[in-house]
Amino acid sequence: MAFEEQLDLSSTVHEIRTNSLKQFEALGFPTKKDEAWKYTSLAKLLKNDYSIFPKKETTTELKDVKKYFLYDIDTYKVVFIDGIYSPFLSDTTHDGIDVCLLSAALTKDKYKGTIETYFNTIAKKDDSLTALNTAFTKEGAYIYIPKSVVAEKPIQILHFSTSEQGPMLLQPRNLIVAEENAQVQIFERHQSLVPHQVLTNAVTEIFAAENAIVDYYKVQNDLDEASLIDNTYVAQKGKSHVSVHTFSFGGQLIRNNLNFYQKGEYIDSTMKGITIIGDRQHVDHYTLVDHAQPNCESHQDYKGIYADKSVGVFNGKIYVNQIAQKTNAFQKNNNILLDNTATINTKPQLEIFADDVKCSHGCTIGQLDEDALFYLRSRGIPKREAKGLLTYAFANNVLESVKIPALKLRINKLIADKLGVSIGHDL
Amino acid sequence: MAYTEEELKKELETKEYEYGFYTDIDSDTFPIGLNEDIVRAISKRKEEPEWMTDWRLDAYRSWIEMKEPDWHNVKYKKPDFQAISYYSAPSKKDKYESLDEVDPELLDTFKKLGISLDEQKVLAGVAVDIVVDSVSVATTFRDTLAKKGIIFCSISEAIKEHPDLVRKYIGSVIPVKDNFYAALNSAVFSDGSFCYIPKGVRCPMELSTYFRINQAGTGQFERTLVIADESSYVSYLEGCTAPSRDENQLHAAVVELVAMDEAEIKYSTVQNWYPGNKEGKGGVFNFVTKRGICHNSAKISWTQVETGSAVTWKYPSCILKGDNSIGEFYSIAVTNNFQQADTGTKMIHLGKNTRSTIISKGISAGRSQNSYRGLVQVHPNATNARNFSQCDSLLMGDQCGAHTFPYIEVKNNSAQIEHEATTSKIGEDQIFYCNQRGIDTEKAIALIVNGFSKEVLNKLPMEFAVEAQKLLEISLEGSVG
Repeated sequence: MAFEEQLDLSSTVHEIRTNSLKQFEALGFPTKKDEAWKYTSLAKLLKNDYSIFPKKETTTELKDVKKYFLYDIDTYKVVFIDGIYSPFLSDTTHDGIDVCLLSAALTKDKYKGTIETYFNTIAKKDDSLTALNTAFTKEGAYIYIPKSVVAEKPIQILHFSTSEQGPMLLQPRNLIVAEENAQVQIFERHQSLVPHQVLTNAVTEIFAAENAIVDYYKVQNDLDEASLIDNTYVAQKGKSHVSVHTFSFGGQLIRNNLNFYQKGEYIDSTMKGITIIGDRQHVDHYTLVDHAQPNCESHQDYKGIYADKSVGVFNGKIYVNQIAQKTNAFQKNNNILLDNTATINTKPQLEIFADDVKCSHGCTIGQLDEDALFYLRSRGIPKREAKGLLTYAFANNVLESVKIPALKLRINKLIADKLGVSIGHDL
Repeated sequence: MAYTEEELKKELETKEYEYGFYTDIDSDTFPIGLNEDIVRAISKRKEEPEWMTDWRLDAYRSWIEMKEPDWHNVKYKKPDFQAISYYSAPSKKDKYESLDEVDPELLDTFKKLGISLDEQKVLAGVAVDIVVDSVSVATTFRDTLAKKGIIFCSISEAIKEHPDLVRKYIGSVIPVKDNFYAALNSAVFSDGSFCYIPKGVRCPMELSTYFRINQAGTGQFERTLVIADESSYVSYLEGCTAPSRDENQLHAAVVELVAMDEAEIKYSTVQNWYPGNKEGKGGVFNFVTKRGICHNSAKISWTQVETGSAVTWKYPSCILKGDNSIGEFYSIAVTNNFQQADTGTKMIHLGKNTRSTIISKGISAGRSQNSYRGLVQVHPNATNARNFSQCDSLLMGDQCGAHTFPYIEVKNNSAQIEHEATTSKIGEDQIFYCNQRGIDTEKAIALIVNGFSKEVLNKLPMEFAVEAQKLLEISLEGSVG
């Protein structure tokens, strides 16, 4: 393995890497013949000849990238440029909590125990893209919140790409561990700084121990040339609360694989998303909630607004194990098609083996309410703005559960801009 | 003594199939196995014209190239298609002029099933085309229908007497290469029903067919073709019960419906094939392809009550090709013991202002698995398409499973699609409420299950609603009254 030559061969993950590569070679890239990839084709993306070794030099200045940060609040930052850590832009810590690099965690003895306990333990072994990421695991964020510690600042994980050397494949790998009673808020973003073909195949593993609270926010508003395959795996223990919010506003192709594994009782899992796309963009949300223990809850709420030849996919699976009695699992997917060229494919699935459960899914595809539109227009609001306002209202209620006020405002503004609505106050 | 849910479960498990008897009639059975010669022989035996033989051979040749599908959510031992006899017919092939001439033993069979031909003729006004092991032995009310210009006969008769109609429409909705079982059926179908309603005619009675699998080790391959010409209406009932058998029997039927402009077809099914015993041994494999095509302003309504079969694989579908056409699907699927059902529908919206409704109720008990699998597809030209889907599942006991796999694909922004699904068990508070009012637990459960399925039961024609209730009783004996 040429790739491994650049790395420390004594690494504990050497074996995991080798096995994953074998696994990937056996599986290959998914095709439309795979049920999970029925509506999303990677064929076009895979035509590019991607380079996986980024150039070494970066000339990115803070002023170029500042707008992509949550700059108005104090945060920890882990910043990568073309997959390489940028100490100049980052703000890491080892004070009470660990916010640092996975590459450091993989090699230093101090972290050996945590890596062995958690690394690659919930990421799906039989998923080819996850296996590919694991095989080339090198860099990413490592966040460790010890028992009963509350991270006092949100943590930002930012991945920038600047390559001008042709198509590039980035494979960041994040590991997040929140021990008992720990709390943390994380914000993640992938952003290209120049229009170029970049494919990001990210894997994030999140572990929440008893009573831990983890809130994870993903903002996907990349340039039209960039594509993202995001694989997130969440393992929760008793009474923990984990929420993942995904805001997809841009990119050529985005695929979000979001997997929740409940490994205790009284767990709460929340998955929310807003997708607003147009211009031949493609966003695919693929969620799985595995209810393995009794008395747990899961909530899913995905809103989609699609225009101009864009394609939206939602595939949500709720699996309720036979012993998972008293499960409450709810799933909602509402979509609006703004014009006749957009497509939505949705496939909510319930697989239930326990009888004392409350599970439901609802899914709608429709238009804006004509009466509401008329009401606004009769009060002198032009049609375009009226439509924008209603669409904005449609998407907006997902924002209510965002716990970082600064982020809420930012996303509010992004949605308003996207829909051409003036929300009346400057952000 | 108070009747507890535990006792109910026990009773459900021990409930034996009531209609498990076997009529001893001399059957004329072909050697087992399938090859081109068998296909030719079936065709020859049925005195079919050459185009039909070629059509069957074409289907057979596509079939041998095809693989059995495995995407469904059911597990079973795949049947050995070379170990099945593909043709069996009662040995007396003469057509009877009156009921007196019919083999008394056969009449006895129907009596056990509660289908008395004369009684139905007189009282219910139902024309019954009875199929025992694939050959139509009695067709009633032919004359009454003939006066209106309605053709209602077995498909083999239709091939001989109305070859133009059959040739034009057979395979037009479900092509021979459509899927594995449809291809198999096209190659070897032994008999079935054919119905043609001329322009502007409203069929005065419910047309009905009863299917039974009788001979051991024979597969049943029914072929039904219903054509409703412009502005006509027909309500078609199909019901089936099969005797108890230890080895798995195969049933691969094909039903094609053609609704011309402004026509309406209502197709109701009550299916109660032998579900296997409580250890999951035996039972019928039911792999059915049903599809209808709606032209302008036409309507097709599928109603089904599925209580039998060890394995069910069935998706009655509507192709809404014409503008303003309507498709409906109402289904109750009950599974108990080791039964598995993977059933649902496809609504393909092609025309403008097309509407579809899907109501699916699944009840699982014992160790059974019940899946709903549906597709709602709105094509780019289907302006103002409207769909409402509702799939509810009721779980009884913690060993069974309920699954939903709805696929929704929309390519038109004026479409309005709603889909909802719920899964729950019978609420303890509901039972408590009933108990409090002096209704015992058994009756309470019956009441709740009845209410749960009411939306679908109401869609069945009167004659069938009663039978459907009976079948629910057999499948969930002790819980449904």
